[in-house]
Order: sequence, then C-alpha cells, then structure tokens
Amino acid sequence: MTEQEIYDRLNEVFRDVFDEDDIEVNADTTADDIEDWDSLAHINLIAAVEDEFGVRFKMGEVSSMKNVGEMVEIIKERA
Amino acid sequence: MKELQYPFDAGYILKKKKSIKKQLLADNMPRVEKKIAILGGSTTNDIRDITELFLLDYGIKPQFYMSEYNRYWQDAVFDNPELQEFAPDIVFIHTTNRNIIKYPDVTSTREEADAILKDQLSHFETMWKAIADKYHCPVIQNNFEQPYFRLMGNRDCFDYRGRVNFINRLNMAFADYAESHEGFYINDINYLSACYGIDKWSEPAAWHMYKYAMCIPAIPDFAFNLAGIIKSVFGKNRKSLVLDLDNTLWGGVVGDDGVDGIEIGQETHMGQVYSEFQKYLALVKNTGVMLTVCSKNEEENAIAGLKHPEGILKPEDFIIIKANWDNKDRNIEAIANELNIGLDALVFLDDNPAERAIVSSQLPMVAVPEMTAPEDYIRTVDRSHFFEITSFSGDDLKRNEMYKKNAERAAMQSQFADYGEYLTSLDMVGVIDDFLPVYLPRITQLTNKSNQFNLTTRRFTTSEMEEVFADEGYIRLYGKLTDKFGDNGIVSVVIGKINGDTLDVILWLMSCRVLKRDMEYAMLDNLVERAAQKGIREIKGYYYPTAKNKMVKELYADFGFTKISEDEEGNTVWSLETAGYKTKNNYIKVERNKEND
Repeated sequence: MTEQEIYDRLNEVFRDVFDEDDIEVNADTTADDIEDWDSLAHINLIAAVEDEFGVRFKMGEVSSMKNVGEMVEIIKERA
Repeated sequence: MKELQYPFDAGYILKKKKSIKKQLLADNMPRVEKKIAILGGSTTNDIRDITELFLLDYGIKPQFYMSEYNRYWQDAVFDNPELQEFAPDIVFIHTTNRNIIKYPDVTSTREEADAILKDQLSHFETMWKAIADKYHCPVIQNNFEQPYFRLMGNRDCFDYRGRVNFINRLNMAFADYAESHEGFYINDINYLSACYGIDKWSEPAAWHMYKYAMCIPAIPDFAFNLAGIIKSVFGKNRKSLVLDLDNTLWGGVVGDDGVDGIEIGQETHMGQVYSEFQKYLALVKNTGVMLTVCSKNEEENAIAGLKHPEGILKPEDFIIIKANWDNKDRNIEAIANELNIGLDALVFLDDNPAERAIVSSQLPMVAVPEMTAPEDYIRTVDRSHFFEITSFSGDDLKRNEMYKKNAERAAMQSQFADYGEYLTSLDMVGVIDDFLPVYLPRITQLTNKSNQFNLTTRRFTTSEMEEVFADEGYIRLYGKLTDKFGDNGIVSVVIGKINGDTLDVILWLMSCRVLKRDMEYAMLDNLVERAAQKGIREIKGYYYPTAKNKMVKELYADFGFTKISEDEEGNTVWSLETAGYKTKNNYIKVERNKEND
C-alpha cells in the first residue's frame, strides 16, 4: 500500500467519523485542526482506523501519537 | 434500517453513527418518546449513541440522562433533583466486573467469601430499592462478564475462592432478584460477552485508556442487546413468523422432488439441520409467537410436505397457510390483515434472496433477515431479538390456540345469514370486574401492545399500573371473554379517573381478536353501572388519533356519547350522562370474578 493510498483511505475514515465531507488530512494534522476532535471522538477515530486497516494500535502508541503522520507510519509498518 | 439488522457490521455503525442518526431522523417514522437514565460504572458515551440508533430504528425516540463517570450508585441512592425532574421511563445500570469492589482471595475462609458476596449484593440491592421507591419505573441491570484471568486455572470455577466461581454466584443472585421482582430485567452480558469472545471483549487497553469496560468494536453488539430489552418493555416486539417452505423448512423443492425427496429428519446431514430448525421454531411457537406459511407452491404439495413423517411442524401448527403463486408481498399483507396485526409485527423467513428483496422493498415494515445457510438459520432468528420476552403471561402461551379458534369462528360465521344469530350461537360468557393482582402483568402488557382498538394509547409501566391499582380514585375494569370455542383470556381494559361527579376515561382498549363480538358494549354497560353507583353523573371519553387507531375514531359516537370538543390534531372529547343509560350488550352473559365477591 502506498502512502497516498493510506491517506486516501484515512481521509474517508475521518470524513465518516466526523461526518464532514471536506476533511483533508496530512502528516501534520492534529486534534487542534479538526473542530470535533475531542477525547471521545478520538476513541471512535482510533477504532475506525483499526477497523479500516485491520491493525491494532498498542496502548503506548495511541497515547504517544502526535499527528496523523505518526499514525500513517504505524499503519505502513503493519497493514 | 438494513445496516442495523443482525448480523450488522459493527465497525460501520461505529464509524457512521452520525450519518446513520441523520438518516433515521429524516424518515419521518412516528416514534414514541421515552426517557432513559443511564447510570454507569464505566464510560457510556458510545453505548448511549449506538443504543439511540437501534431504538430510533425500533420506533422509539430516546432522551437520555447520564450519570457522571462511575457515579451510578450515588446518583441512584442519594437525593438527585436532576434525575427526579428528568422522571425516567426506564433506568439502565451499566456495571461490569470492573465495578466489583472486593473478591474472595486464596486466604479467604468460606464464611468470608460468603460475607463478601452478601456485601456486594446488598450494595446493589440498596440501589435497586432506592430506584424502585423514587422513580417507579422498570430497571435494566447488567449482570457480570467472566473475569479475563483465572488465578487457579480451571479450579477458579468450582473453588469458592475463585473469581469465576464468585461471579457465577453473583450472577445467580442477580437472576434470583430479577425473577422475584416485576419490572426488573437483566441485560445478560455474561452470555453476550461469551458470544463475542471474552478475550476480545475484555480488552484491557479500552479500560485503561478510556475506562470502557469492553472493547470499542463490541459496543454495537452490546447496544443491540440492550435496545432489544428496551423495545420489548415498550411493546415493540414482533408477533408472528411468516415462513417459506422449500429450502427454508426442509431441503429441496416438494413440488419437484416429491414428499419422499425432500430433506428432513435424521437420514442426511442437511435433513438433520432442517429438523433442528423446525424443533427450534416449535419452541418459538410455544412462547406465543404465531407461525404462518407463505410459499410459492400448490397448496396440496405444501400440505403434503408439512405432513412428512419426519417433520416436526405439522399443518395444524400454523394459523394461516398461504401456498399459491401470488406475489409474496400480497400474501404477507393478507396474513397481517387476517391476523389483525400490523406489518411491523411480522418476520419473514425465506432462503430466496429475490423473494426477500421484493418483500423488503414492498413492505419495509416487515423484518426480513438474511437467511444464507440453513445451519445458521437458528442463530440468525435467535440473535435478532425479534421476540425478546420481558413479561410472560399465560395468554402468551395460549395465543396460537386462540388465533386458531378465531379462524374456526370465521368459518362458522359464514354459515349464518344473520350476524346476531351467529353471536348467539357462540354462547359467550364474559367476566368483567375490578383488577386482580394476578392479572396486573397481562393488563400492563396489553396497555403496551394494543394499538388499533385503543382510544388514548396510554402506556403503563408495571409500577404505574400498581399505583392505579392501589388508588381508590379510579374505576378499573378488565374483561375476559369465553365462548364455545374456548377462552380468549383478558381482552379488554378500561380505566376511568374519578374527578368529583365526573369520570374521565383515560384508557379504553380491546384486543382485536374479539372485534365485533359486542364485548365493548358489555364493558360500557358495566362501566356506566359502576359509575352510577359511585354517584357519577357524567362520563367523559377521549380519543387521541395515532397512525393505527382509526378504527375507534367514532367509537364514542357509536356508544351514544356527545362530542363536546375537537382540536386541530383531531383529538376529541365526548360526554355521556349516566342517568337514563340503556344497556347495549345483548349477546354476552356477564359474570363477576369470584375472587372479588
């Protein structure tokens, strides 16, 4: 899977979870960039990303992920 | 909605919850509003969100109260003006084994272990009693899932010091409480988590990161299980199974293969699977679910197939058998009409995807589960919660028989030229009297199930009904009807509230299985007589229109009431003087209940 494919699929996941059709994420996107991205939405987001790519994040990874780029790195390794 | 039907894609529901909710709310389906208090011992946000989706799909629009994180006990036990004002229709207590405060350990004596169990139980019982006293509404309580480690290995299940043993004992004690308390229901997460797989369910990361007591992907399964109980309490269960025959009840096509060629019985693997499915359906029927057939077949072939010597279900197990070449949606509509129940009370089982597609597109109210492989039929029907039983009355057990008798009555009716002559021939005896404690569950159930012959569609919970029963300010009537074909059980309920010399009839309902039998007149005669004895001069009747109760729009006019008002929504108020009333029932011999004499 190329990085571009991961971002394409990730964008779909973000759009579904936040119910916003115009979300575009990049490596630097963080919770500050998306209005509804609070701690509760974060739980849904992680679950939806795991479901989409068939991966499971370790607890340490979930709490230390700083931006979407780091999430993509983990997906690249495992999916 | 198809996406919310078992077996659903949990990931999809979680991901799309916002847009699913929008879609549901946009369909303009009439929904009853219910207030649900969630008292949680762990995070409940997504449980609330997903439960809401399933309830909206069932025709219930919930409003929620949520306790602060892990404040379930304090919220219930101590004074809580916010919850008081919310006035819940149902309280759901979301606790799990994460909320067990103390377990026995390897140093415990048996007495200590028993004491710990007693403590834990009284912690919950105190709360349940407080809720019953303050909120008078049904309670749904989780039992406990199995622990995710076993200190002593297999010994954990039989040694009193083991956690598995402790949780099993606790679950048994919860079950005992539920069995002896009306309106108290267990959300069986012990079973549910076993189905899901306890290793996946008890995801430690979900607890440590988010304080969810189960893994996130399990939440839709959990919410579906919970919503199944809630919709049943509020009278939204399905009532009848409409069954295809070829490749649904047996393997093969009876018209082509002949009776000897179909697969049912112990001879083949497939035959065994169909036998087990028929046995399951026979058990479902015993709970009061009505079985009917809708099959594209020559009728004689269909009957011959059902008479197969190895078959479990026989022609007489079905109330209606439609075996013809008409479109199935037509036949299913006819079945709903003949049974006098709504399309939303039917479940259609058919192995043929084309037939399922036609029925679900033409009759979207009918539930049409995916029947893919015969070995999965039982699980599909069972896990869909179509017939979730929350209250069990004797009438449920007899329902099939009663509807069958109705069919016989219809046959007899056609022999009489005059309808009055037919009614006379039925030898009807009615028992009409004040409520008896033994009938309260059935009476309450009727208030939640009756939609068509129901003037106010007022729903009662068990505790509300108990209050009405204990209050001298009401005139209450239940009516039972027996005729020469058998006992119909309790078929009508009327409740009037006494306000000075006026009686306000807040509830008038009758089961459609006794339509056009003069039972409503017998009830009215009795009500007027009792009202007059209590010095009441005027009886006021109310009709509130719903999507389903048009048949009784003019009932009070027919009774001889005068219409005194009507508003824009079509709500009408009617009045009748008790003085000078002439009795209307000519065909039913009315008796009192012996217990009330």
